[in-house]
Amino acid sequence: MPQVTFKVWRGNKDGGQFKDYQTDITEGMVVLDAVHQIQAESAPDMACRWNCKAGKCGSCSAEVNGMPKLMCMTRMEDLPTDKPVTIEPMQAFPLIRDLVCDVSWNYEVKKKIKKFKPRKPDAQDGTWRMQQDDVDRVQEFRKCIECFLCQNVCHVLRDHHKHEEFAGPRHYVYTAALEMHPLDTEDRLLDLKDDNGIGYCNITKCCTKVCPEHITITDNAIIPLKERVVDEYYDPIKKLFRMFKPKK
Amino acid sequence: MREFTTHEYDVLVIGAGGAGLRAAIEAAGSGVTCGLICKSLLGKAHTVMAEGGMAAALGNVDDRDSWSTHFADTMRGGQYLNNWRMAEIHAKEAPARVNELEAWGAVMDRTKEGKILQRNFGGHKYPRLAHVGDRTGLEMIRTLQDHGIHQGIKVHMEVTVIELLMEGGRVVGAFAYEREHGRFIVFKAKAIVMATGGIGRAFKITSNSWEYTGDGHSLAYEAGADLIDMEFIQFHPTGMVWPPSVRGILVTEGVRGEGGILTNSEGRRFMFDDIPDVYKSSTSDNEEEGWRYVTGDKSARRPPELLTRDHVARCIVREVKEGRGSPHGGVFLDIAWIKEHIPNAEEHIKKKLPSMYHQFKELAGLDITKEPMEIGPTTHYVMGGIRVDSESQMSTVPGLFAAGECAAGLHGANRLGGNSLSDLVVFGKRAGEHATKYAKENSAGQINNDQVQKVAAWAEAPFDRGDKAENPFTIQSDLQVMMQDKVGIVREEKELNEALQGLEGFKARAEHASADVNRDYNPGWHTALDLKNLLTVSEATARSALARNESRGAHTRIDHPDKSEEEAKGNNVVRKGADGSMQIERVAIPPIREDLAQIIEENK
Ligand SMILES: Cc1cc2nc3c(=O)[nH]c(=O)nc-3n(C[C@H](O)[C@H](O)[C@H](O)COP(=O)(O)OP(=O)(O)OC[C@H]3O[C@@H](n4cnc5c(N)ncnc54)[C@H](O)[C@@H]3O)c2cc1C
Ligand code: SF4
Ligand code: SF4
Ligand code: FES
Repeated sequence: MPQVTFKVWRGNKDGGQFKDYQTDITEGMVVLDAVHQIQAESAPDMACRWNCKAGKCGSCSAEVNGMPKLMCMTRMEDLPTDKPVTIEPMQAFPLIRDLVCDVSWNYEVKKKIKKFKPRKPDAQDGTWRMQQDDVDRVQEFRKCIECFLCQNVCHVLRDHHKHEEFAGPRHYVYTAALEMHPLDTEDRLLDLKDDNGIGYCNITKCCTKVCPEHITITDNAIIPLKERVVDEYYDPIKKLFRMFKPKK
Repeated sequence: MREFTTHEYDVLVIGAGGAGLRAAIEAAGSGVTCGLICKSLLGKAHTVMAEGGMAAALGNVDDRDSWSTHFADTMRGGQYLNNWRMAEIHAKEAPARVNELEAWGAVMDRTKEGKILQRNFGGHKYPRLAHVGDRTGLEMIRTLQDHGIHQGIKVHMEVTVIELLMEGGRVVGAFAYEREHGRFIVFKAKAIVMATGGIGRAFKITSNSWEYTGDGHSLAYEAGADLIDMEFIQFHPTGMVWPPSVRGILVTEGVRGEGGILTNSEGRRFMFDDIPDVYKSSTSDNEEEGWRYVTGDKSARRPPELLTRDHVARCIVREVKEGRGSPHGGVFLDIAWIKEHIPNAEEHIKKKLPSMYHQFKELAGLDITKEPMEIGPTTHYVMGGIRVDSESQMSTVPGLFAAGECAAGLHGANRLGGNSLSDLVVFGKRAGEHATKYAKENSAGQINNDQVQKVAAWAEAPFDRGDKAENPFTIQSDLQVMMQDKVGIVREEKELNEALQGLEGFKARAEHASADVNRDYNPGWHTALDLKNLLTVSEATARSALARNESRGAHTRIDHPDKSEEEAKGNNVVRKGADGSMQIERVAIPPIREDLAQIIEENK
């Protein structure tokens, strides 16, 4: 493959612009390779995050030709190279520099979600028994590499900036993994409804579409959680019961 | 004079992989204040990339397994250069650490009885690796991270330590910069745990990320600590070789554990051709028995593909050298062939090796359920590292502890797959515990302002190189090429000497490594600063390799192709001499305890 032009966003929180770079593309290259090559050849100060280069760490999230992607898993062969390839940072988070944004908000949100609380061990030696069938569902959620691409595309965050009231799809996947964990005994439904704003989600499924781990975020995590919240808090009979039930 | 932000902790942990997180959890849970620093975001450390599993003699799949067999396997794999006490502690404590992860929320694959499932791996006599498909490291780091954030640990993300601060001979703090704006930070601490991982970026073909520049090794060395076993670098036999941009990315040993076979261009399973004597009795000599082994037949012996990594890597190099390689200079790794034996092979492979399936599909356009992969050796792991006391994990510098890949001793001349993840939690916990004890027994030291000003000036220098300025990426890349060529899988005296000479040249070039624009999130600047560490670990590796006149484990010398009993009596130790140059010393291995010697004998 020949020389390809890249339009890369250069700037910081005060502003910036796309800058053009040319670099040679060889067989099998991914977008992250091109970024590294540009760094080495002509822009050593160009900021980007990466670690594993194999889709395992979730560091290299960006928007390539407007599509939210892991740069390390986006092959140049799959992009049209007759016109420039644009690379820009995720849009739902404040920019630090170039392709790097401040995702620390995600870490703060997670901290507020009640942690895993297992039931008493099943066996004398302090271990538990779980069947593979019962953990398959949770294992799907635990594949999450915290790339935050789902957060980036969710309109509640991206367009409506509800970061204060809405935890976002990543954290619904996290909550679902805890709530559906066969050993867990904690209750997170009230938090989910009130502090974490699951009600804002109107099931557009944009998050599911971009998940590089192919987690069916909406169908398997969000919808069942919403159902549980409805059952618990909007079911009239339950509501009545709750009025007489001591708070736990 | 420059001003700095200062943070103060009882225990400071540098590195947030499995080892660092486990150490921090231990410290924070013992009533001391604890800070945790990492170069990347939390949860992105190398540990996240581990695939195959975590070794622990739980005996869930084969109840003949026990800590003593695990111990004997580890010692045999390490060719008896291991610190035997660490190998004992590791084998005994790994099961409890794995179960603890489950108590903290990890969800590992299950046996039919609902226990933690274990898989076969090279050099382990019984199925021993607890795992989750081929993303075990992700499960480990996420479990520790999600547990750790509720323990009161203060996490400093995207902060890089560039020097340990000393008072007399004792460590009292660390000097660092934060990536976002390149501001300097002083950390004061009563005790420090080093958990920075490995050195794989010293080589061209590597499974390791940008973080692996040997920082912990080098920082400890500069502080006066001993490094040990630095000649032993594990080249994993199966890295991707094609296309060029993915060269080096790991293909988990789990592929072979699930029945994957290695073949050459003639279609021959060449691993049957060379089975070392020590493994003859436990290795099958025909395909049929090998298959029975991977499908759980307890009377069968393991296939030769599951011999130790050093041996498999050498056999692959031999096939390629003798002209029987694959089109792109590797050999074939075939898992698709299992369809001859099981009906739903395609689904089975996708379930057992999901990320390998995706990795090849997306990066090489190849379907591993249908076609063989092309693979070759890649730099993977460093057995060598900071020399520690086997009980406390304290280095030879008071107050400085180490755990995980940057520490050494457990693995000897060659690490068995799966023994790293268990190493992290076993010795991470111990390091956290003993660092806490040390912090409780000692008061805070005094930061030496001269030292701080000096390192700050050094760190700013790349912005002011004048006309001799050189691109740091070019220097790094040239260094990697030289190390791969001269200090790689197969070594000899002449080339090692050339490498040492070459390193002097690189040291000079590093003085000119320059950076531009400003200190905000500037990878060029970071790379310029990292060079110093890379050069230290490169030199330590080359010197140690030159000093070991034999071939053993991961260290192969064509000019000394055999094992030598004499050489095996000691470990190589490097430290910084009074004149600032690197000194090397051979230290004798202490005689092994009688009962442990007997365990080894019984398992021969
Ligand atoms: C692809 C791959 C697959 C693997 N598979 C397996 C497996 O299946 N089983 C197994 O047992 N082992 C496996 N290994 C090996 C194992 O994953 C590593 O050895 C292990 O994870 C290292 O853990 P650690 O805690 O020592 O360091 P890491 O997890 O690497 O963490 C190092 C930490 O130190 C920080 N750090 C480094 N330098 C500095 C600095 N200067 N300042 C501040 N912070 C710093 C980093 O940011 C990071 O947080 C694999 C390795 C790779 C690369
Ligand atoms: S489905 Fe819900 S969470 Fe996902 S992107 Fe749409 S609104 Fe956001
Ligand atoms: S759920 Fe998927 S898209 Fe969202 S953070 Fe996790 S891996 Fe990324
Ligand atoms: S670099 Fe790890 S996901 Fe891309």
